[in-house]
Amino acid sequence: MSWIAALGRAALGLLAAMGRVAMFFGTSVTHLLRPPFYPRELALALLNIGWLSLPVVGLTAIFTGGALALQIYAGGARFNAEAVVPQIVAIGMVRELGPVLVGLMIAARVTSSIAAEIATMKVTEQIDALVTLSTHPMKYLTVPRVLAATLVVPLLVAVGDVIGIFGGYAVATGTLGFNAAAYIQNTVDFLQMRDITSSLVKGAVFGCIAALMGCYFGMNSGRGAQGVGRATKGSVEAAAVLILAANFVLTGVFFSV
Amino acid sequence: MITLDNIHKSFGDNHVLRGVDLHVARGTSMVIIGGSGTGKSIAIKTILGLVTPEKGTITVDGQDVSQTGDRDAFLARFGMLFQGAALFDSLPVWQNVAFRLLRGSLARPKEEAHEIAIEKLRRVGLTPDVADRLPAELSGGMQKRVGLARAIAAEPEIIFFDEPTTGLDPIMAGVINDLIREIVTEMGATTMTITHDMTSVRTIADNVAMLHGGKIRWTGPVADIDGATDPYVDQFIHGRAEGPIETVR
Repeated sequence: MSWIAALGRAALGLLAAMGRVAMFFGTSVTHLLRPPFYPRELALALLNIGWLSLPVVGLTAIFTGGALALQIYAGGARFNAEAVVPQIVAIGMVRELGPVLVGLMIAARVTSSIAAEIATMKVTEQIDALVTLSTHPMKYLTVPRVLAATLVVPLLVAVGDVIGIFGGYAVATGTLGFNAAAYIQNTVDFLQMRDITSSLVKGAVFGCIAALMGCYFGMNSGRGAQGVGRATKGSVEAAAVLILAANFVLTGVFFSV
Repeated sequence: MITLDNIHKSFGDNHVLRGVDLHVARGTSMVIIGGSGTGKSIAIKTILGLVTPEKGTITVDGQDVSQTGDRDAFLARFGMLFQGAALFDSLPVWQNVAFRLLRGSLARPKEEAHEIAIEKLRRVGLTPDVADRLPAELSGGMQKRVGLARAIAAEPEIIFFDEPTTGLDPIMAGVINDLIREIVTEMGATTMTITHDMTSVRTIADNVAMLHGGKIRWTGPVADIDGATDPYVDQFIHGRAEGPIETVR
């Protein structure tokens, strides 16, 4: 019966961790609503998370869109459905691949960076120094990052969607013989407002998760270089899993019939 | 001014503080000595609320620190120099020094805060050209001085120094000790310093307290420390390997 006890302990541990993360998020929200505010920190976070993530998001999206066009063309050819490439690329990028891949790239790039930075600040007593200088670490470090990611990741997703569709367009018109005007017309005609809304909402939720996990693991890191390493690794793992879980839930909310 | 009464703090099975009683009078310099891991930093952090004690009370000017309503105003009375300086990597030196003056209840216009930062950097022997550099571009000694400038920037009533000379060469350690003594005398601040360095003790202290076994083992004026009959104090100040303090911890 020891395996039942182990399973129980693991389940309780998971629930306790979820509770701690939920409390951390709740505390962040209460600090978001009460002054003082740190607009400079917010601007820096917007720049770091948004602007500086554009290259990696753009490259990820264009290659994914191109590969998707090739796959749909090859797969569609088995039942004479090659013509659906524009529609499937559009729906695939906007509904799923755009938000999920951008979310995962943000988890890799931003969550790890936030966790490592805050964990290092904790190890080197910079967090304690903030407190002694009458500055609440949640307000100064967590709120600007979580808010910035929630605001800017939807924009990154929108950019990723457009670049991904362009990747499919470039492959389809360049190598698969599609007519350029017809491709664009098919894409525009097929997409619905619900597709775009779901994409942006997913972006906001994934951005919030990515920054929140970075801050949570950073603030709760252990001592020394090993503590920083564990916090960074844990934050990316947790962010990636939560993003995929949230994607499943949001897809169900938006598209279940 | 600062009174610790029967302070207890544990981390798991490690009972770090087991009833610390200490009084620091206004305008005096108290130095806490003791071996590594005896809880000296924890004792100071309990006063600032960075660590919450399990038992006991801490009062500053008779007010229980756990009952302070306006935390910002309470912390504005304190300055602290951390062991590793704890400068914010992402901010230039002058913004580190003026951090408190750029935000919160002590906020000033940016130009004024910059001027004060330059003046405080001069006070600790650093030239204005350091002001726009990042902390990572400075040597350890310079970082300590910047940390010292930050601790005194808002002219606090109470200043804590956590191992101010650890990791510095003897000359730089001497410079920092002299600076601390001068600043304390000039500002009339109440200070608590943690150190293992007996040269620092003799330069900085008005009074000395030795923390061992989670309690204050001995306390008295610095002039009395050489005549102290307590064997723990005697072993510590003479740096002897043999004595009642276990050398393997």
